[in-house]
Amino acid sequence: MSEVLDSGLSGKRSGETSANWRVELPQRRLLRRLRLRGDSAWGIAAGLFLALEVVLAIAAPLLAGYDPLRANVDQRLLAPGSPGHWLGTDQLGRDVLARLLFGARVSLLVGGVAVFFAGTVGVIIGLAMGYRGGWLDIVGSRIVDVQLSFPFMALALSIAAVLGAGLGAIIATLAISSWVLYARLVRGEVLVMKRAEFVEAARSIGSPGWRLVLRHVLPNVVGPAIALASLEAGRLIVAESSLSFLGYGIQPPIPAWGNMLAEGKDYMAKAWWLTVYPGLAVSLTCLATSLLGDWLTELLDPRARR
Amino acid sequence: MLPYIARRLALSLLTVFLALSLMFGVLHLSGDPVLLLVPTDSTPEYIERVRVQWGFNDPLWVQYGRFISRAALGDFGVSLRYNIPALQLVLERLPATGLLTLVSIVFAVVVGVPLGFLAAIRNGSLADRLSNVGSVLGQSVPSFWLGLLLILLFSVNLGLLPTGGMGTPEQLILPGLTLGLYSLGRIVKLTRSSVLEVLRAEYVRTARAKGLSERVVLYRHVLKNAGIPIVTIIGLQMSGLLGGAIVVETIFAWPGLGRLIVQSIQFRDFPTALAAVFFTAASVSLVNLIVDLLYGLLNPRIVYE
Repeated sequence: MSEVLDSGLSGKRSGETSANWRVELPQRRLLRRLRLRGDSAWGIAAGLFLALEVVLAIAAPLLAGYDPLRANVDQRLLAPGSPGHWLGTDQLGRDVLARLLFGARVSLLVGGVAVFFAGTVGVIIGLAMGYRGGWLDIVGSRIVDVQLSFPFMALALSIAAVLGAGLGAIIATLAISSWVLYARLVRGEVLVMKRAEFVEAARSIGSPGWRLVLRHVLPNVVGPAIALASLEAGRLIVAESSLSFLGYGIQPPIPAWGNMLAEGKDYMAKAWWLTVYPGLAVSLTCLATSLLGDWLTELLDPRARR
Repeated sequence: MLPYIARRLALSLLTVFLALSLMFGVLHLSGDPVLLLVPTDSTPEYIERVRVQWGFNDPLWVQYGRFISRAALGDFGVSLRYNIPALQLVLERLPATGLLTLVSIVFAVVVGVPLGFLAAIRNGSLADRLSNVGSVLGQSVPSFWLGLLLILLFSVNLGLLPTGGMGTPEQLILPGLTLGLYSLGRIVKLTRSSVLEVLRAEYVRTARAKGLSERVVLYRHVLKNAGIPIVTIIGLQMSGLLGGAIVVETIFAWPGLGRLIVQSIQFRDFPTALAAVFFTAASVSLVNLIVDLLYGLLNPRIVYE
């Protein structure tokens, strides 16, 4: 099918190609529909992959076969495929697969919970800013602008310096650094929604403000917010591993993908697997959340649907 | 137009001021830097003396007032770590980050815009699908891991390029590539979608209908109109690039602003961290203003009020 289309547009750049372009519209439409279905397949596959990761992370103690913290000097830096250690061992003789599985718990928990808090707070504040307007909107918009005016990592690093290391601190750091995105998104949606006829109608029959927001505005902005949350989950998992990598996140010996990488990079020349596997885990997770997020955006965000 | 620029500049100034205030508050919450400055066996009297000497004994609002009034005149204080003016330290590091981000964004644009354009005009082809997969991958791979992989491949295994540092052009390749690939995916994706949108526009149909050659249609009508969102995303990438520079500079031992931010937060070197934040926030605001003005050049329908 795509060959037909190709010959139409890109084969020759002459006047007649534009005629083909119009003629082939039905095929194009079909192709687009097919591609949408293809996108759905990717989105669903990504969702299943993430679900599988969650199951693996929860079942880590059953699957790992090793204590992720137990060092074994006799078995240091075994290459992947060594008997009993599929993915090899690290510089202290700890099983890499076990540490990856337990690391998944940290990374997924941090990403998930931080997105949940950032999303909830951001949506509520965005709703209030958009609906109330006035000084709340002025102050809120300024905070959003200020937070977006300096790089995410610089803000996250300094907040992490205040809150210290540990699971709760890193979750709070990421949530504080990222809620503004939801607030900005939802505020924009609400400003449009406020003038929608059905909201106008509800207001005219005397529906109180909070009810308007909860019943009529919120359901319409929650879709884009969920799509954003999915995209953000991956970004926050990457941010968590970046912070751990820079020494501000989860502290060793507790396994997290970022600190595994940070420790592994010193042995890069001798043991590539310590650098490759944790990074692969982060990348695949982020890839899955962004595929899922793209699909959800198409599905839930009315403006993206064309 | 001038009143618009003036108002935007005032707003940027306010944003930068608020960003500095936020950073000041956050940093000072992180604790007293004096304990990191003095030897571990210092007597309490000595610690107190140092604290008074640096002004950390004053109430926070006094310190804040002092900092802001001096910062307004360009004096960010003396670096607690290097004992030279923080502003000088930051200005020394600024060109390195400028060079790195410039190389990255040029790389991303030069490669990304043609790729996205090609993907759009050959919508559905193998090239389209490959660039789509590539751009999704490019956005998912964390830059610090990509940097490590590039070091592993080109420095450790092939021995072609240096692992870090700054000075020779070869040392620019790996960090520039690492940082550039981060933006590349977005630029490809956005170029593709905005070109596709323009291709569907009425004026493109008109241009084709009046018999213009496909080349003229694509370059004069499509690319020019698709350029507006592309310029925006390049502007928005600035903040991301400066953030990415924090990680990339650390990996490649690149002596820029990003690494300075990490180190100054680590050492509670407040004046340096604040001066660095000032420059990042100011450059992000400035780039956004320039982008908004470029809009007008690309799209004369936009009127500044």
